[in-house]
Amino acid sequence: MMEPQFKKNRMKQVSIKILVGLAKFFSGATIRWVGCEPDSCQRVYFANHTSHLDALILWASLPRTLRAITRPVAAGDYWLGGPIRRYVSGLFNPLLIDREKVRVHNSPIDMILREIGNEYSIIVFPEGGRSLTGEVGTFKSGLYYIGKKRPDLELMPVYLDNMNRIMPKGEFLPLPLLSCITIGPPIWLDPDEDKNTFLMRARQAVLDLKEA
Amino acid sequence: MDFDSTNSISRLIPGTLVAALLDANAVILLLAVLGVLAGLGTAGQILRRQSRVQVDSAIIRTFNNRVVAWLTTCVVLSVTMMFDRWVTVVFFGLMSFWALREFITMTPTRRGDHRTLFWLFVIFTPAQYVLVALDATNVYTVIIPVYASLFIPARIAFTGETKRFLERTAKIQFGLLICVYALSHAPALLYLQLKSWDAVSREYLPWQGSQAGLLLFLVVMVQVSDMLHFVWDRLGGRHVIAADVNATRSWEGLMGAAFGSAFVAIIMQWLIPVTPFQWYTAGLMGLLISVMASSGSMTLSAIKRDRGIKDYGTLVQGHAGILDRIDSICFAAPIFYHVTKYFLQLPPAEVVASSASWMAGC
Repeated sequence: MMEPQFKKNRMKQVSIKILVGLAKFFSGATIRWVGCEPDSCQRVYFANHTSHLDALILWASLPRTLRAITRPVAAGDYWLGGPIRRYVSGLFNPLLIDREKVRVHNSPIDMILREIGNEYSIIVFPEGGRSLTGEVGTFKSGLYYIGKKRPDLELMPVYLDNMNRIMPKGEFLPLPLLSCITIGPPIWLDPDEDKNTFLMRARQAVLDLKEA
Repeated sequence: MDFDSTNSISRLIPGTLVAALLDANAVILLLAVLGVLAGLGTAGQILRRQSRVQVDSAIIRTFNNRVVAWLTTCVVLSVTMMFDRWVTVVFFGLMSFWALREFITMTPTRRGDHRTLFWLFVIFTPAQYVLVALDATNVYTVIIPVYASLFIPARIAFTGETKRFLERTAKIQFGLLICVYALSHAPALLYLQLKSWDAVSREYLPWQGSQAGLLLFLVVMVQVSDMLHFVWDRLGGRHVIAADVNATRSWEGLMGAAFGSAFVAIIMQWLIPVTPFQWYTAGLMGLLISVMASSGSMTLSAIKRDRGIKDYGTLVQGHAGILDRIDSICFAAPIFYHVTKYFLQLPPAEVVASSASWMAGC
């Protein structure tokens, strides 16, 4: 009885390796840690968002030990949209959010925090949607509530460069250009900081990495 | 392609390497080049460690980086040449692919160009190299300059995005031409039907030497030219060609490299002949390759300065810039390919006459 299960796991491990290899090759991504180091402590990576592949590429570019404990928060309607996307999303283990069903009473933040427990790190895109031009838009409040409810999490700003040219909004085939992922020093929510100030500060932390 | 012999699996095994691409002369030349580079590398490392030496440390660092790059190229090329010709073709194809992605990453394109660029990477680049490996000379010499250059503007026009239309088209065409079309002529040298002039029978006989000879000659001469340019610029550079493009490249360096390369080519042809050239043809080729190599470096530097980038490698941090390394070979390869084809069809007397009239025409 053990054997088929074992084979299936092995298949999955190989598939994950192939997926990571493909993601790294096609994005040509270089990862830079500026003022911080890779660490297995619980973190929230928040990045600018320009393409559906952002979550996958950022996840694939992390060191192997971190990949195992990091789950991207991704759009459920996209990643469950077809058999291939569904299979791929099974490999990188994302937290899928159905964007249609997000309401004030049905906040995904509680669900995310419940899912990650004291174990997982997450990747979020606080702009809420993908930017058409590559400009970084205003941040939605989710990041603030994560910071408020879980002040122990390190909030890591991430700037994704050139990803909008690899797969712009509206295109379905990626272009094998080069890109760069810059991860900056963590920020935390100050106890007496209001929502807008914090969100502005978080957005600025991402923008600052552009020139870092 | 010659399916019965060159494609057999046995050729893939290194044990049969001499039969595949390299003959004794080619192996000796490769070993000599590797030896010289290793020597230079060691000298550079020793200089770097001696802080008392009155040499600018930046120059030594540049020099050491170049030697490492040349050494890597030679080692990789030696390994690929142990196998069948198509392995070298694949190697150059991968370099083209990487250079093209560096070039397009650096060049601003618009959203409307996305699908055109997809064709570049997925159709034209692989097609060019497959055609080279199939020895389809009549197709691979025109597919990019004719078909692709007409396809690119048409495909962009069909997307309806007209802003800076001509500029975008030209950038994409240029990238494909330099990174893929031009570079593919280097491995194409492996497929030329070479003949050599037999002075006794006064006719052309099939060249018995190495298939890889011309490619080795090209790569070694480009490196010699780069090295001589570097040395002449540092030692005798008085008149800088264009300070805005490159602050160190001088007319003295250009001339010194050109005539120095011609001299080295003649010596090489005399000591370890790997090509069917006469000594003076080898000299002319050395001169030509050197001038083209310098032009290539200058051109790609001009593009980099316009974009405000120092090296293609620093475009996205951590990547070694392939385009920085192959700019000179990209310009030298197609010209060397065509001039070689032309020269090897003429008897030596006419070679001299035609080159003289060509020079006069300039």
